[in-house]
Amino acid sequence: MSDTNEQILQTALHNLHVELEAKMVPFAGYSMPVQYPMGLAREHLHTRTQAGLFDVSHMGQVKLTGEKVAEALETLVPVDIVDLQPMKQRYALFTNEQGGIMDDLMVTNAGDHLFVVVNAACKDQDINHMREHIGNDCEIEVLEDYALLALQGPLAGAVMSRLCTGTDDLVFMTAANIEIDGMECFITRSGYSGEDGFEISVHNDNAAQLARTLLAQPEVEAIGLGARDSLRLECGLCLYGHDLDTETTPVESSLLWALTKSRRADGERAGGYPGADIIMGQMANGVEKKRIGIKAEGRMPVRDGAVLVDGDENEIGVVTSGGFGPTVNGPVAMGYVKTQYAIPGIELFAIVRSKKVPVSVVKLPFVKQNYYRG
Amino acid sequence: MSTLKYTEDHEWVLTADDGTALIGITDFAQEQLGELVFIELPAVGDEVEKEDAVAVIESVKSASDLLMPVSGEIIEVNEELDSDPGIVNEDAMGAGWFIKVKLSDETELEEMMDEAKYMEGLEDSE
Repeated sequence: MSDTNEQILQTALHNLHVELEAKMVPFAGYSMPVQYPMGLAREHLHTRTQAGLFDVSHMGQVKLTGEKVAEALETLVPVDIVDLQPMKQRYALFTNEQGGIMDDLMVTNAGDHLFVVVNAACKDQDINHMREHIGNDCEIEVLEDYALLALQGPLAGAVMSRLCTGTDDLVFMTAANIEIDGMECFITRSGYSGEDGFEISVHNDNAAQLARTLLAQPEVEAIGLGARDSLRLECGLCLYGHDLDTETTPVESSLLWALTKSRRADGERAGGYPGADIIMGQMANGVEKKRIGIKAEGRMPVRDGAVLVDGDENEIGVVTSGGFGPTVNGPVAMGYVKTQYAIPGIELFAIVRSKKVPVSVVKLPFVKQNYYRG
Repeated sequence: MSTLKYTEDHEWVLTADDGTALIGITDFAQEQLGELVFIELPAVGDEVEKEDAVAVIESVKSASDLLMPVSGEIIEVNEELDSDPGIVNEDAMGAGWFIKVKLSDETELEEMMDEAKYMEGLEDSE
C-alpha cells in the first residue's frame, strides 16, 4: 500500500469514481479506480463488446511548441516525427545511451504543436529528460489542467457519432478537435485496449461532466485499471516497467515496427537519438533475447516474474506480464526468451510455486486487434 | 452438533461430530477476490499444520493462498472446484467448500471466532 507520507494525487474524476463505488488504489502517486462493482472480468468483456470509459488522467500530457520542435523530439526517439502529418499520431520510445527504453509514449502532430502522452510512472522522468535535452529548442508545457479519458470498444464510434461531429471519418491514429455539449476536446482515435476507441483530452473543469455524458450512453460503462491491463495483455501491448524497461532495447522487445524507415541505418535521418549505434547494430546483427507470447496449458495463470526453463531445466527466459484473459478465457502472458527459443510452437516450462507448468511460445496477440481503418 | 467458526483471514471451519471439518473462504472473501479463475487444492492424505498454505486461489488479477485455520489430515478435497472455481463465488459458504480435514487438535477451534464476532469484525473494518 502507499507510504502514508506520500501525498496521493487525485484526478478530476475522483469524486465520480467514489460515487460509482470504484475500488480505489494508489497507482503512480494517484488514487485510481482499479475496478467498479461490475468487476474485472465483466468490465473487460464489456469493453470488447460495447464501450468502456477509462480515466487515464494520471498519465502525462505535454505540449511541445517551436519552429523546429519535430527535429528536436527526433533527437530523443528512434521514430519519424518530422514527417508525421498534421493530425496524425505515432507510437514512440524514449531511449537511453545503452539503447534501453526509458518510456513508451504517443506523439500527435496537433497542427501548431506536438501533443505527447507519457506513462504516469515516468511522467517526471520524461519531462525532465525533455527539458534537459531539448528545453532550449522548444517550449515544453505540461498540461496540468487537463484530464484524459479513454472510450474503448466496438461501439465507441457509434457513441461519438451521436455526441459530436467529425469522428465518422477519423481513422486509427488520427486526431481531431471536437466539441461535445459545448465542451472542447482534443481526441485521437487510439487506445490501449486493442479495440476501436478514442482518447479524449479535456479541461479538468469539464472532465466530470464529459464523463457523465459518456456514461449516460447506453453502450458505455465505467472501466477500471484492472481491466485495462487484461485488455492490453490479450492484445500483446507492452506495459512499461514490465515488458519494457531500461534493460531492454526496441529490437529485443519486438518493437521494430515502431522504428520508422527514415531513422534506420539507410534512412534520410538515420540515428541521432540516444543508443542509436547499439540499436542499429542489433538490427544488423540480431539480439540475444526476444519478447514473445507465452501460452500456458490449463487454466492456471502464469504471472509476471515466473522463470522460463527448457526441458533440461536451464533458465532461458522470464515472464514479464501474465494473468488471466477473460476474452481468451484462459491464461495469457508475455515475456522474454533467448532468441533461439523465440519461435512459435516451442514448448517450455514456467516455474510457478516451485512446480514446472508446461507452456508454449506463441505469436502475439492472443486476441486480434480491431482498429478502425475506414 | 456442528459448529461454524471463522478466522480473521476470512476462512470458515464447519465441524462435524466425527472429528472432521469442512474448510472454505467466506462470502466476504470471495467478493473481495472477484471472479475466481483457478483453484489449486492440496493432495488427499497430506498432513497439514495450522497456518500452512494449502491451496492457491487465483482471480483474474492475482493469486492468494488459503492458510489452514486448523491442523490435521486432509481426507477430501472439493474436486468440483477444478472445473468450476466460480462455485466459490456463487456459494462460498456451502458448495464452495475447499477441503475436508480430520482435526488433530480440537483446542485450536477455541481460538477462532463465532459468526457474531466475525460479522462484527467486518462491520468495524468498513
